[in-house]
Order: sequence, then structure tokens, then C-alpha cells
Amino acid sequence: MHNRINRRQLLFAALGTGASTLSSPAWSAERLTLTGSSTVAPLALEIAKRFERLHPGVRVDVQSGGSSRGIADARSGAAQIGMVSRALNPDERDLTASTIAMDGISLIVHRSNPITTLSDDQVKAIYTGQIKNWREVGGSDRTISVVNKAEGRSTLELFLAHYQLKNSDIRAQVVIGDNQQGIKTVAANPGGIGYVSIGTAEFEASHGAPIRLLDMAGVPAAVAEVRKGRFPLSRPLNLVVRGEPSPLAKGFVAFARSTAVHDLVEAQFFVTLAPN
Amino acid sequence: MRVASDLIASRLLGAFAGTAALLLALVLGFLMREAAPVLSAGHVWHFLTDDGWYPLEQRLGLLPMVWASLAVLLGALLLAVPLGLATAVYETFLAAPAVASVLRLGMGLLAGIPSVVYGLWGLTMLVPLIAGWQAPGTSLLAAVLVLALMIVPTVAITGAAALARVPLPWLQGASALGLSRRTLVMGVALPAARGGIVAGIVLAAARALGETMAVLMVAGNVVQTPGSVFDPVRVLTANIALEMAYATGDHRAALFASGLALALLVLALTAMAHLAQWGAGHAP
Repeated sequence: MHNRINRRQLLFAALGTGASTLSSPAWSAERLTLTGSSTVAPLALEIAKRFERLHPGVRVDVQSGGSSRGIADARSGAAQIGMVSRALNPDERDLTASTIAMDGISLIVHRSNPITTLSDDQVKAIYTGQIKNWREVGGSDRTISVVNKAEGRSTLELFLAHYQLKNSDIRAQVVIGDNQQGIKTVAANPGGIGYVSIGTAEFEASHGAPIRLLDMAGVPAAVAEVRKGRFPLSRPLNLVVRGEPSPLAKGFVAFARSTAVHDLVEAQFFVTLAPN
Repeated sequence: MRVASDLIASRLLGAFAGTAALLLALVLGFLMREAAPVLSAGHVWHFLTDDGWYPLEQRLGLLPMVWASLAVLLGALLLAVPLGLATAVYETFLAAPAVASVLRLGMGLLAGIPSVVYGLWGLTMLVPLIAGWQAPGTSLLAAVLVLALMIVPTVAITGAAALARVPLPWLQGASALGLSRRTLVMGVALPAARGGIVAGIVLAAARALGETMAVLMVAGNVVQTPGSVFDPVRVLTANIALEMAYATGDHRAALFASGLALALLVLALTAMAHLAQWGAGHAP
């Protein structure tokens, strides 16, 4: 009995060393599980598909369930990698976070609107229906049309968390699904205000859409500022591991941070990290 | 020999018809299974009594969206049915052959335009127009107008087909009696074609209820019981399309429940149309 196990271990070891000398690494028949943030999950899924193609035999499982699940599963070992769409809290220092992208959103108004920035309190008052006219924040005499996102969207979650609002507090005139619809809605409405992923907004504004991105707390609304971590309405998208990760997990995290996946990050309207 | 082939054909066609019915049952069964987490445990009343739709806060009031769906449908039918029928009558009885064929072509084209194009037109042309009058523009009115435009061809095409099937001797007889053209159309042709016309209207109504993309783009999608035509509203289909991609757990189940509500609404509509047609004379 003992003997057989030893022999099998030997065999595996031999295979391992044999394989590592080839182009395919030792973990070629392994399985990797990621769980956590539903914001990160769609991106992780795309990265995983590409990773699987590059490493035949490797299976990567991605399950969403919220950042708290990502933390809990990475701690318990239920998943080798947790997905967390925020910076780690001080009591989560037992985990190691690697940022794979930044998520940033920008408030947008119609280009004919003279407003260039709003304070947090003004935004809150507008979104909760206490301010109904642009005149009250120094603009022209025009009714404000509040554009909100549909429930379940990560942009809504980030917006609500930043302004410490509940979705039921918001008094919206228009509820939209994706970023493009948000831009078209504000572009069609001179009194409109909305928020969309900053990458999309910047791209559309520079390609003729009649919208303006609002600066926040003196920081210009720009992808570059999100990348530097200076723009207030932004958050890091992290992969977290506990202790020393397996070579496979390490390989996946490195791949997710590499320039090889930048097109995937941009396709999901997230902001890529500055090349190191 | 002929009897045997008839038997085979009838069995085969019966099997196809049975499959279609089974598919409907499967879809309904699937909707119920997926909606089960929120349908069980006395949750059903939440759909009727909750004061808003905030699924992540466990508030699941569906009624405002049911009213919005019905209001949009009613408004679209009120505009599209007279317009569509007038087009059908004009094309069949009044227009010169060349004009009629151009009209037929135009209606066919209108029916073939993808709904998202109507939505885009509504969002970029209609909504700003309404916004200049009453902000925010995305509203019940915009949804009604876009939908009416989309279902006019359905009413017109099916109406014209039904009118064309009215037996020529009936029309010739009416002419021979010296009836005016108005009496001929209103008193003979339209009543004779009633069955086909009603079927066309039901088809148009079902399309209006099921339409998602165009309504999603112009209706504003705020969950509220419409108080005026300028209020933004969210219909049941838009609710599913807006939230499904990112919904998990009970939120997802609640969306399946709104799909179930929509299916029941369409079934009720079809049943009502059947009742309305009961005993109505069909053109032979």
C-alpha cells in the first residue's frame, strides 16, 4: 500500500519535472477556482478563457457572488483566488491583493450645460430630488433630468457607495441599462445628468457626442486620473490570495495583470493599469 | 392507400401541433421553476402590495409595471388601429392600383424595420421633441408613439388581407343595390372581414406587449404608475432586459416572476380576443 503511493508520487514528480522543461508549465492539468465580485467576474471570465486557450488542460472556474464571498472563499480556501471590487480593509491584511484594473465612473451633462463641476452634496441633492433645477446650482433655468442606472449594475453600486445613498432614495426621471444608452440619453436632453464608465464617456465626448464630463473635487474626469488612483469616483478591481499561492494561481494573477489582457479590460469599460 | 397516407399526415401534423403546445407548457414550467424562490413562502403578495421595485432591498412591487405595460398597449392600439384600418380600406377600395402597390410595399418595409432602429429614431428625434415641451421627454407618450408606428403595418397588412378575402359577389351585390361606397365599406366589407381584422389586432397587441428594445430606449424606465402621458414608465419586458444581465439570486428569480406576469398578461389578452370573436361571422 505504502509502496504504491510512493511510486505514484514519484511518477507525478517525474511528470512534473518532465513537463516543466517543456513550454507548458507543471500545472497543465490543474483546476483553478475564482469566486467573488460580480463586477470583476465578467472580466475574469474573459481572462480565464484566454488563459485556458494558452494553457490546454487547465480549467478555470469563475463564480460571482459579491466581494464578501471573494474574501471569505479566499480565506477558507474554497477558492484559490477571490475577486474583490474594492481596496482591502485593514482587517483583511491576511490576504494579498493584486489590482488587475480600475473601475471609474464620471458624471456627465449635456455640452450646452455651463456647469463644469458639482460638489458631493449637490450631486446628492440632485439625485434625491431636492434640487430640481440647474439654476439652483448656478446653471441656467432648466429642469434637471436625473438619469440613473438599472439595479444590479456595478456602476450603480459604485455610485451609491460613493455618495452613501440607497437606490430607493434616488428620484430618477430616466433609468438606463448600458453606458451607451446613458450617453445617448444625456446627449438628447439638455437638462440631463447621468453617470457612466469613464472610459466610454471620454471616448464618446472626444468623438462628437454632445456631453461634458464633470470634474470632481478639483480632479479632472479623465482615464489618466483614474489610472493614477486620484479620481474620487473610482475603485480598484482586485484578485486576492491568502498566503503563498499555488504556481497556477500565481501564473493566472500575473497573466491578468499583463498587457496581454488590456483589450479585454477595455472591452468591459474598465481602465487598464499603467504599464510598469 | 390514400386513407393510409391521410392517417400518416394527420398523425404527423398532430404531433407537430402537440409539440408546439408542449413547448408553451415547458416555457411556462421553466418560468415557474426559475421564479420559485420568490413565488414560494407567501412572497406572491409582495408583487402586488410592495410599493416599489428595489429587488436588492427586497421590495418587489410589480403592479406599476403591469399598469405601465397596459397603458402603453392601450395608447398604441388607440392610435394604430384606426390608422391601420384606414390604410387597409384605402388600399383595397379607394387607391389607384399603382398607389395601392406602393402603399403595400411601404407597409411591408415598415413592418420589416428592426425595432432597435425605431428605438434609435425615437430616442434621437421624438424624445428631444417631447423634452422641449415637457421634460424629460422619455415618457409614456414617446413609448406609445414609437409602438403605434411599429404596429400600424401589422394592422394594415392583416386588415388588407382580410378585406381582400371578402367574396366579390357580396361587393358586386352591394354595388348593384346602389349603395354608396361608404355604406359598402362600413356596412358590408368591414363586417365581413371582422374575423381577420380582429386577429390582426390581437397580433399587433401581442407584438406591442412583447416589444422590448424600442420601448426600453424611449420610455424612461422609471418604475411608477403612470399619472400622465409625460411620466417616464417601465414596462415588464424592459424590466427584464435592463436587469437580467447582472441579476443573481432572488433578484434573478424576481425577474423571472415578471416574465411570468407578462406571459399571463399575453395569455389573458389572447383569451379575451377569442371570447370577443366567439360567434362572430367569419368571411368564408
